[in-house]
This record gives sequence, C-alpha cells and structure tokens, in this order.
Amino acid sequence: MTFKPHLASRRELLLGSGALFAWAYMPKLAQAEGRDPRLLVIVLRGALDGLATVAPVGDPDWVRLRGDQGLRLDGDNAALKLDNLFAINPAMPNFYRLYQAKQAAVVHAVASPYRERSHFDGQDVLESGVTAPGASDSGWLNRAWHALTPADRVGGRQAFAVGPITPLVARGPAPVMSWTPSKMQPASNDTMSRLLDLYRHTDPALGKALEERGALAAIAQGEANGMTPAKVAATPGIPGAAVRAYFAEAAGAAAKFMARADGPRVGALAFDGWDTHAQEGAAHGRLSALLGALDGAIGAIETGMGAAWKETAVVVVTEFGRTARINGTEGTDHGTATVALLAGGAIAGGRVIADWPGVGEAALYQARDLKPTTDLRAVLKGLLKDHLRADERALATVVFPGSLAVKPMAGLLA
Amino acid sequence: MALDPKIQAATLLHRFGFAPKPGGLAAFYKDPRAALLAELDKPSAGQIINDDLLSAGEAARASYDFRQERKAERLARRAGDELDKAAARDAANAAKEAAKSAASNPMASPLGEAKPEMTKPDMTAPPAPQAADAKPKQQPGVPQQIYLEEARARLDNALNAEIGFAERLVWFWSNHFCVSADKGQVRPLCGAFEREAIRPFIAGKFADMLLAVETHPAMLLYLDNARSLGPNSVAGLRQGKGLNENLAREILELHTLGVRTGYSQDDVTSFAKVITGWSMTPLKQPENGGDFVFNPRMHEPGPQHVIDRDYDDRGVEQGRAVLARLAVHPATAKHIASKLARHFVSDAPPQPLIDRLAKRFLDSGGDLKAVSRELVVAPEAWDAPRTKMRRPGEWLTGALRSTGIAPSDVRPLVQAQNLLGEPLWRPPAPNGFSDDSTAWMDGLAQRLDISNQFARRTGDLIDPQAVAEASFGPLLSKDTQETLARAESRQQGVALLLMSPEMQRR
Repeated sequence: MTFKPHLASRRELLLGSGALFAWAYMPKLAQAEGRDPRLLVIVLRGALDGLATVAPVGDPDWVRLRGDQGLRLDGDNAALKLDNLFAINPAMPNFYRLYQAKQAAVVHAVASPYRERSHFDGQDVLESGVTAPGASDSGWLNRAWHALTPADRVGGRQAFAVGPITPLVARGPAPVMSWTPSKMQPASNDTMSRLLDLYRHTDPALGKALEERGALAAIAQGEANGMTPAKVAATPGIPGAAVRAYFAEAAGAAAKFMARADGPRVGALAFDGWDTHAQEGAAHGRLSALLGALDGAIGAIETGMGAAWKETAVVVVTEFGRTARINGTEGTDHGTATVALLAGGAIAGGRVIADWPGVGEAALYQARDLKPTTDLRAVLKGLLKDHLRADERALATVVFPGSLAVKPMAGLLA
Repeated sequence: MALDPKIQAATLLHRFGFAPKPGGLAAFYKDPRAALLAELDKPSAGQIINDDLLSAGEAARASYDFRQERKAERLARRAGDELDKAAARDAANAAKEAAKSAASNPMASPLGEAKPEMTKPDMTAPPAPQAADAKPKQQPGVPQQIYLEEARARLDNALNAEIGFAERLVWFWSNHFCVSADKGQVRPLCGAFEREAIRPFIAGKFADMLLAVETHPAMLLYLDNARSLGPNSVAGLRQGKGLNENLAREILELHTLGVRTGYSQDDVTSFAKVITGWSMTPLKQPENGGDFVFNPRMHEPGPQHVIDRDYDDRGVEQGRAVLARLAVHPATAKHIASKLARHFVSDAPPQPLIDRLAKRFLDSGGDLKAVSRELVVAPEAWDAPRTKMRRPGEWLTGALRSTGIAPSDVRPLVQAQNLLGEPLWRPPAPNGFSDDSTAWMDGLAQRLDISNQFARRTGDLIDPQAVAEASFGPLLSKDTQETLARAESRQQGVALLLMSPEMQRR
C-alpha cells in the first residue's frame, strides 16, 4: 500500500487519554445571576494514589506507614506544606501556588460509593454516578447538564470532545461531540455530504455520529490550526516530556474552547496511566512525572481560560485510591479512599477538606487502605449545585440516583 | 425470521470472518458453516508459519543484548568525551603556559553537549515512531523491529486467510488475554505471546490457553507478577518485600471468573501468594534468559485457600491446580460465553445463546472448538441484525482484503490503528479494547480521514462498484449501490465504499 504514513496521533502518546468533552449551553439560573460558570472534570483512570499526592506528613503514623517511599517535608525533593497535617507532592508547583492564592483545595480520604477493587467497575461507578457498576449507559456529568435549563443555544455552540472514544461520564441524553486533534486532511465537503445522505437512508446512527463530529471539526478549526502534534517519545515506564506536552495541550485546548464567549461551559477530560503497581516513584519516578504533567495541565487550563478563570472550577477525580502500604514491588495495589483536587478562580481554596481517619494500623479500611470518610458525590453535588445551580432534587435522583442522604458539600465555591 | 439463504450466508461470513478477498463470497454460499468450521479443523488453525520470527525468550535476549550494546556505546562515547576533554585541557594548559592567557575552559568536543542519558538499564529503548527530531534518523531499535515484524506476520495471516474465522478467534482471545507493548520489556514479546500462548489453543482447551498465558513472560511482566515475592519466601524475608497482587486479581476478574462473581479480597491475596515465584530467568543468561521459570525462593510457602478450595503447597503445581480449577468453573464458562457472543453477534446478545455457549463450555471441559462450533451453528448468529461496528483492525483488514491491496509496508497500518483508537497490542488497560459498538462509532470521522487517504492513493486502480458487489453480494443495499454509482470519481467511490454501512458493520 502506498498511502502516506499518518502523523502520529495524540493517542499515540498516551493511550485512550485526554479526551475533552463538553456541551455548549449556558445554564440559565447561573446566567440570571450574571455569572457564566465553567466546570471542567478531569478523570484520572487507573486509581490515583492519594497518599502520594497529598501526604499526611503531620500524621504520627505516616513515616511508619510508608517509610522511605513516603513524601516528607525535609530532604531532597521535599513535599510542599499545605497545612499542619498535609503536604502536596513537589511535582505540583502550580497547584501549590493556586492553593496559596486560595484558588485550589484538596478533599482527602474521599471515595465514590464503590467498595470493591476492580478498575473497570470502579470507573463505571465514578463516571456513571450510579452505585451499581454496569447499570447505566450514561454519566453523571451528562445527566447533570441535561437537567439544567439551557438559557439559549447559540449557533455553532455544539458539544465537543477530543479523542475517538467518549468516556462514560460524558455520555447520555445531552448531545456530545468529540474532536481529535489531527493533522490529517479532512474529507472534502462533497464526499461528506454524499456519505451523510447515504447514512440518512441506511444507517441513521452512523449519520448522527459522523455529523456531530464533522460539525465539531469545523468549529474547532480556527482554534486548533495552531496546534501541532507533540513529538512522540513514548518512553515506556516513566512518562516523559511528550506526556507533559500532551496533558498540557489537551487541557489547554479544552480551556481555550471553554473560554470563548460562544464556547461550551461544561467539559470532561480523561487521563490514563495512574495504575502504579510497581516502581510507583512518588517523589522521583513515574507518579512524580504524571503528577507533574497533571500540574502542567492545570497551569495550561488557567492560562487558556484567561479572564474566564475567575468563573472556572476544575475537579480532578479518580475511581479509587491505592493500598496505604507499599507493596512488594515498590508500588501500591488497588485501594479505597484517595484525594479529589479542586482548582479554579471560583473555588474557595487554600484548604484541605478532610475528616481525617488517620493512617495507623487500626485506622485503615480493611487493614489495608485509607479509610473513606467523605463521599465523593457530596463534593460533586456541591460543585454542581453551587457553581452551575443544579437543582438539588435532580442531583439526588437523576444525576446521582439514590443519593438523597448524601448532602451536597457546602462552601466549595468562593 | 426467515431470511434468504444467500443473505444468511453472507451475514455469517462477514460476522465470523473478515470482509472477503477478491473473488468474493460466492464460493462459500453453499455451506458457509462448514466453510467456517473447516478453518478450525486444519492442524495449523490460527498458527503463523514463519521460521524467521523469534520465540519470546529469543526476543527478550535480543532486546537485552541490544540495550547492553547501546549502553556500552554510550559509555564508550562518554569515555571518549573525557579523553577529548583531557586532551583539550592539555592543549589549553599548554596555550596558557605559552601565552599566559586565561584559556581555562576546555573546549567542548563535538559530542560534548550530549547530555548523560538517564535511561534505566532495565528499560527497553523507546519505541520507534519518533517524530523527526533534530537528531539524524535512527534505525528503529531491536524491540521495535521485532514488534513491526510480528505486526507484519499478523497482518499477512489476516490478509491471506480464506475466510478468517480462525484469525478472528485469535484476535478475540488475544484481546481477552491482552498484554501491552507500552510496558517497557513487553514490547518485543507481544507477537511471541500471541503465537505461543494464544494461537495454538484457539481450537483446543481453554485450560491449556490459560496456563500458557499466565506462565508467559509477557503476561508475567505486564501484570507485575515476575517480581512479586511471597512475604515468607526466602527472597521475601531477605529483601523484606512482598506481594504484588495485580496478576492474581486480573486472572480472577478478567481472564476467568469475571468481576462480581463472588471472590473476595482474601481470595485475591491468597491467589497472589500461590503464584509467587512464577517469574523469568535473568536476561543475562545467554541460553534461557527471559524464559519462564518457577523460582521456589520467591514462592510463598504453605497451603492456600482460594475461592472454595484448599491448595497444598506443591511449588508450581499449586498455581497450576488453581488455574485448572478456574478454567472449568461455571462462572468462567458464563464469562467467556457472554464475551464471545458479545464480540461476534451483538452488543446485547440473546441470553439463550449465552446459556447454550456456557453449557457447551462446561459440558466439554472448556473445549474451544466445541464452543466455537456452537456459536457458528446458532440460529441467533444467522438472524441477529448486522449492528456490530467492525473494530478498527477488522475494518482496515477488510478494506485491504476486499480491494485486493497488498501493503508493502506495515507501518501505515500500525499508525492507522493508533489513530483509530485500537493500537496493535497496546490496549489502554488489562480489560482490553471495548467490544461496544457505540465506543467505536466515535471514531467514524477518523475512519473517513483514513478512507480519503486510502482513496487518494488507490482510487483509480479500484472499481468500487465491482468490489462492493463481490464483497457484500446480497447484503449490498440499493442506496449504497446508487451512491457508489453516482460518485464523482472512482476515488470518491472508494472512500464511500470503505465508509458504507456494509463495510462499517457486520
């Protein structure tokens, strides 16, 4: 075959990662208050080690728990102190700066209602918002957005997404489109319209899928033309500069779209690679590099949002945490509670929100994991309610079904 | 539903094979089931006959030698730098002596700015699809060369297959028991893994495939078991280290019983202990480095309780006994049955079909030929509407087969699969690529881009209408036929052919 080799796609850099999804309607209630809020959800797939991200350095049991593998306040690559109990991984200077500026907060010992340890079920519960894995084809973010009353629908203001596969959190009744940055030439309009015509008569589902993505490509062109594919330097194991560049580009592009006056207001991105079973490298290795890339992404969102940053809330979530102790291969196995990170000008930051369970032997969940003391749904409901003005009843029934008893966390917004 | 027998035949051939080669479907209309099953009866069913390909051990050792050579070159280069610097210093000192000038900075050698590389010795070299850098173009490293040769062999098998049922089964099982080339040392082993642990067993016993998979170095590396230590083993006690439960969990959750089938965290932990010591010979051993080895010094001593049984510590036999039990467990039968039905027939397969497949699996002791036969003869396989999206690899293979294009280079194919979200042997997670059609529909715009590129290069050589007739026969819709007939050029026709619902779905 002679067709020209395609330039490597971004998916080449990090499999299945970095999808941006969004809807473009403004929430009516928030708009009536003269606000124009943005909400960006970042899903970290693979289970983030919350204790290696924000470490309880002031907990008397901490050193005994993780020893040399744990973050500490002294020595080489010291963690950055957040308060008397917690310090953040030194790979995250942007987040630390925002924290000090009261634009970032941490929720610790948090978990979704899922209590088993399968990634795939855990992601399903995290993203669907439904407590039983495999029980829903739609995600909580999509349903939340669908439940809001749209103020208006601006021309061209369609949903969009980056990456060929839409994550569950963004699937559902509200239409969503995906967009993949790619240097390949788009199809000619004529071929496209003939194809859409064929699909209309034979396979409407294909027609819908192509139409949504095609329209999106047109919207995206202006913004995206400046973007060049990052160099592919897939170093197995420790993610390198390419991963950093990729995270930053995907997140930065998301922010630029969302900052536009006619852009989307709610979006989701997913980054893979957090399943650190061996050689976790919290301070100097794989996790450190990944957290650095995540931190760069947060910085890119701040930059990309520009003036809209003050109305932005970013929330970073993962399916569950990891074992409290280090395993036999200097990594951690699947666990339970972890952290959620909040950032943005709209966040009431500068604090670690935690009903801290401790990390002594007796305090661990099933004698192995950080014990969950905060329901992640409370955090997400708090954001949806106070930031987007989602209806509390809808949150308890449609968005997170059966969560009436889980009250939205108050005071997350500045 | 009484369908035209020709339509049924064409449906079966597309559902269980790839899109047909030139010459089309007609030869198989008379008895498509027999034609499909005949592929499984061949002694070489699913196998790749190619003496040039390396075994896993050979590939691991070749990659190891390559890394060692690279390392030696780097050291030599650095030593060379030191000599250059020393020489430069001498020269500078001499100059200083002579002119009393302050030439204290040694001159940088031409290679002097090469920064010391931080590559860990046990990491494979980065895979080759390097974007053009400032550096001169490098030959792909050994691991990437092996990866590409294996990709080539795999593609050829798919292109040459008569119908492709055996190959489709290989792809199914390879995704069920996936490993990932994105994990350093696994890259050169992916092809060998598929040839050694999957292909020989597609028409054999599930238990044999399971054992071959879980003792294969690629899997032991991918899911971290190679270095998992029994906490009370000789090595565990000496190093003060212990378990990694990754492989044990995924065997239960993904490879055999399936998630939420009643096993507990304790079962995972005990099973992880059972398979401690399942590892590899050190790579530096020239004869057998990288081969599977049971290392008793890493193995957790003592009996273990897993699911519902106790297993005495009989070394490697302890783990084999657990696997043998898991391989014929009713939950495994159900899990495999529903995955097979989902992959081949429908996103939401009829329950009676799943039940029959599971029963066949159990009754036959996990005989995969018997289960595959049950699938092919099932009335549901004739009747189910063609709603499954062809996965990217199936679609690309189908496009090449039906148009009769023989690619000279496998790399564009590898790159196309990357772009479409199904990079070869690089699933995002141990559960493999999705078998859900809606997930793949999201990549339709990328398929259009690739179709256009394909058509741009091949357009005039191919008659899209003739290809459509031969490939789809009675399945070809009037609408598609007309669309192809009205295309403004053959080139546009080819793009539309590749994008037609007939080519997208099966």
